[in-house]
Amino acid sequence: MAATVQGSSRPAEVPVGVRNEHRRMVNSVRKSFFTRVARLAWLPLCLLLVACHVDMYDQPKYKPNDVSTFFPDGRAMQPPPANTVPLNSYNPESPLMTGRIEGQLADQLPPELKLDAALLAHGQSRYNAFCAPCHGLVGDGQGVIAYRGPLTVPSLHNDRLRNAQIGYFFDVITNGIGKMYSYASRIPPEDRWAIAAYIRALQLSQNADVALLSEAELQQVRAGR
Amino acid sequence: MSAQIFPRNANAIFLASLFGLVMLVVGTIAAMVGFYLSPWYTDVGIAKAQPVPFSHKHHVSELKIDCRYCHATVEKAATAGFPATETCMSCHSQVWTTSPLLEVVRTSYQTGEPVVWNRIYDLPDFVYFNHSIHVAKGIGCSSCHGRIDQQQLAAKAQPLYMGWCLGCHRAPEDYIRPREEVFNMEWDVNALSLAERRQLVIEYQIPTDGQLTNCFVCHR
Repeated sequence: MAATVQGSSRPAEVPVGVRNEHRRMVNSVRKSFFTRVARLAWLPLCLLLVACHVDMYDQPKYKPNDVSTFFPDGRAMQPPPANTVPLNSYNPESPLMTGRIEGQLADQLPPELKLDAALLAHGQSRYNAFCAPCHGLVGDGQGVIAYRGPLTVPSLHNDRLRNAQIGYFFDVITNGIGKMYSYASRIPPEDRWAIAAYIRALQLSQNADVALLSEAELQQVRAGR
Repeated sequence: MSAQIFPRNANAIFLASLFGLVMLVVGTIAAMVGFYLSPWYTDVGIAKAQPVPFSHKHHVSELKIDCRYCHATVEKAATAGFPATETCMSCHSQVWTTSPLLEVVRTSYQTGEPVVWNRIYDLPDFVYFNHSIHVAKGIGCSSCHGRIDQQQLAAKAQPLYMGWCLGCHRAPEDYIRPREEVFNMEWDVNALSLAERRQLVIEYQIPTDGQLTNCFVCHR
């Protein structure tokens, strides 16, 4: 052990001739390395040969809202032919789709839907997105469009609408009424029912009997005032 | 002894030209990369002219109309849904009915000929982006589209390079927000702490095992 330590601490004596020979070899290796790299100097020129091709970027297929050169009207999204519905998506007998039971406006939610807090919350989010611009967040007809424009939007809070069947609201959203356009293309039937249910909640909120409130709710209302 | 072919400074000139050549190649590549990332190439922030000068700022920020009023399929389909002329007319049959700016829209509604808008984002056809899954998992409109509610004419907010997509697919907790805030353009991602955002990632069942960076997630 001690001998090894002693040996390594002493500098090795290399004869001058060997040292020069070593240096020469290192230099020749260095030179050949640089020569080799220099021989590859043409490689960046290959970049000039690279061409851009976009056939995968723009494939011969239609995406939504594309312009078509095939269809005469220039639309990739063809409007559905008149008087057709997507297969298996519509049942003219179903209250869920029509808002009617045997031709009469439905007075309750269709059996497929359950009235619960989730449905009302969903209806609120749809109502706020699609209805509130005109009808206002509380349904008083003071939405921002009505407020700014020349429109008079009827309030949802009157006896006629409070006593209307729930199917009536579904029907109006589906087919429009007066100046209101149909929202059938934007709001699917389930969402229309959710909105109708939420309208009922709004109507109650603006016309609730004090007797209906619990003691805790009453205190909340008083604290608010 | 014959005259020298090369002047005394030939070596210096040779070295300088060698250096210049290297710098030229490096500079060219740098310039190309810079161009590739710049708005000159990506169009980021450059508003496009449209047949009708529609303002998101007016409709979203001032009128508070929900994104879904026009982009109605954003929660259900791959595409957010470009509004039909009928959507414009559901208000503009009553409001601003004589504006010359809306002549194109009125004509379209009467004739059934679509208005040809200029597309802002054109994703390569080999990328299958789906709006609905992002919205359902708590990625807000503004996370990708920026403050479009502050733009008059719409412009791209992102170049949509793959590295940018992967940034979120690798670390969704840096971008996620509660589902109720998806359409809130003013939402600040730092409103929730990192721990709370991690909790949302778990709650919304976003895979964190690297699945989201598999090629086939976006390329099919």
